[in-house]
Amino acid sequence: MQIFDLATADLDFIAEVEARSHQNVKNCYQCGNCTAGCPYNFAYDYSVSQIMRLIQTGQKEAVLKSRSLWLCGSCQSCTTRCPNNIDVATIMDVCRHMAREQGYATERNVKLFSDAFLHSVEKHGRAYELGLMTEYMTRSGRVFTDVDLAPTVLMRGKLPFKPHPIQGREQVTRIFERFRKGGINE
Amino acid sequence: MNKIAYYPGCSGQGTSEEYDRSSRAICKALGIDLVDIPDWSCCGSTPAHTVNHVLSAALSARNLALVEGMGLDTVTTPCPSCLTNLRTAAHKMENPEFRAKVNALLDVPCTKTIEAQSVLQILTENVDMTLIKSRVVKPLTGIKIACYYGCIMNRPPELMRFDHHENPMAMDNIMTALGAEVVPYPLKVECCGASFGIARGDIVARLSGKLLDAGRRLGADAFVTACPLCQMNLDMRQGQINDALHENFKIPVFYYTQLLGYALGLDRADLGFEKLCVDPRLALGRIKQPAQAS
Ligand code: SF4
Ligand code: SF4
Repeated sequence: MQIFDLATADLDFIAEVEARSHQNVKNCYQCGNCTAGCPYNFAYDYSVSQIMRLIQTGQKEAVLKSRSLWLCGSCQSCTTRCPNNIDVATIMDVCRHMAREQGYATERNVKLFSDAFLHSVEKHGRAYELGLMTEYMTRSGRVFTDVDLAPTVLMRGKLPFKPHPIQGREQVTRIFERFRKGGINE
Repeated sequence: MNKIAYYPGCSGQGTSEEYDRSSRAICKALGIDLVDIPDWSCCGSTPAHTVNHVLSAALSARNLALVEGMGLDTVTTPCPSCLTNLRTAAHKMENPEFRAKVNALLDVPCTKTIEAQSVLQILTENVDMTLIKSRVVKPLTGIKIACYYGCIMNRPPELMRFDHHENPMAMDNIMTALGAEVVPYPLKVECCGASFGIARGDIVARLSGKLLDAGRRLGADAFVTACPLCQMNLDMRQGQINDALHENFKIPVFYYTQLLGYALGLDRADLGFEKLCVDPRLALGRIKQPAQAS
């Protein structure tokens, strides 16, 4: 059993998670329903109800360093089944935002994939699957990712070789630029 | 019926092109008037909402503003991931403060509340099942199907407000109406591993493997799905799953729109069976020919 010294509770952290998620983490009574339904639990370091407990006790480091945040599939099972109507999936999301902002990335390849996806959108206005795979493979050093699928996918014409540029792609680029300037926390 | 704006989503132009094509074809056949959103952009999918909620909403809201510009108030998409993003953005922007933050990122502000619904919802709620039944020319008699909805088509229920969040029936009802035998599939809303196929293939193998295994135990000849990511994990990655789990699954995974189109006798070219990775003939061959060919 892990014992928390409440003197180490980071109260600002608790307040920030609550403000950014619009949820009241005190409502969690640790029934474990969220964990019971979480399909990713086998891969987590802390189960989702443990993450809730860590937030309640202000254990910022443990939460932001956890791999679970990056492995959550946003499947909404926890949110749907929480008897206290806590939007747990949004809390996981918000903690991941904070982990990102503060430079934690305990599942590096998950982060790299998200980054590659968003770069593609920023550049082309739409996700260009072949391009984002190339960026992901270059940055992760995993050049053999999915090469076994190449014949199947190419034969079936599932991956266009060129992006579909849209007229409004600069508008999309500007969304990202304004976002980076804006310092928006939500 | 009134015109509905149509948002295909990025995968509809690549890995799930057959879903886009067959969705359009069945809507046309059943009298649903889809109008493409001119110059639509990506909704940001999962990566955007894991980075920031305002950024995510803005990427969706650019498209909602385009719908507003078309003079329409409803948009439909085949993809549950796009749907979640569009719906979440529309819902959160009911709060004027949030809307202002989103509009500050956009060139053209989004001022109205646009309703986003899946093509499955539009079909279920606007097309009479007796009409579908009456139009069936090739009944799916003889085939056993597991209907897999994926995790976010119906969840969370307060947001999605469609069908049942633990036991959805929309696809079950359509497949039954087409004459197929639907198996009582218990993992309808379990997650397939979502977009972790690339970064953590081991997770997808485990979660999607469990889904395929349950279908096989129930004797399903095929799956139907309504989600490009689910379809890709179960179908395109079935070989990888077999390698990882030392299995030998060989179960075709259709989009429900493909089988619906097939039963309605639509042009094969609109259904895109040739895009599927696991050979669909394994399942289509089960369909009994009508006793008397007309
Ligand atoms: S289901 Fe809700 S109340 Fe129960 S442990 Fe999870 S967050 Fe807490
Ligand atoms: S949303 Fe995340 S934490 Fe919640 S059940 Fe799904 S995978 Fe687990």
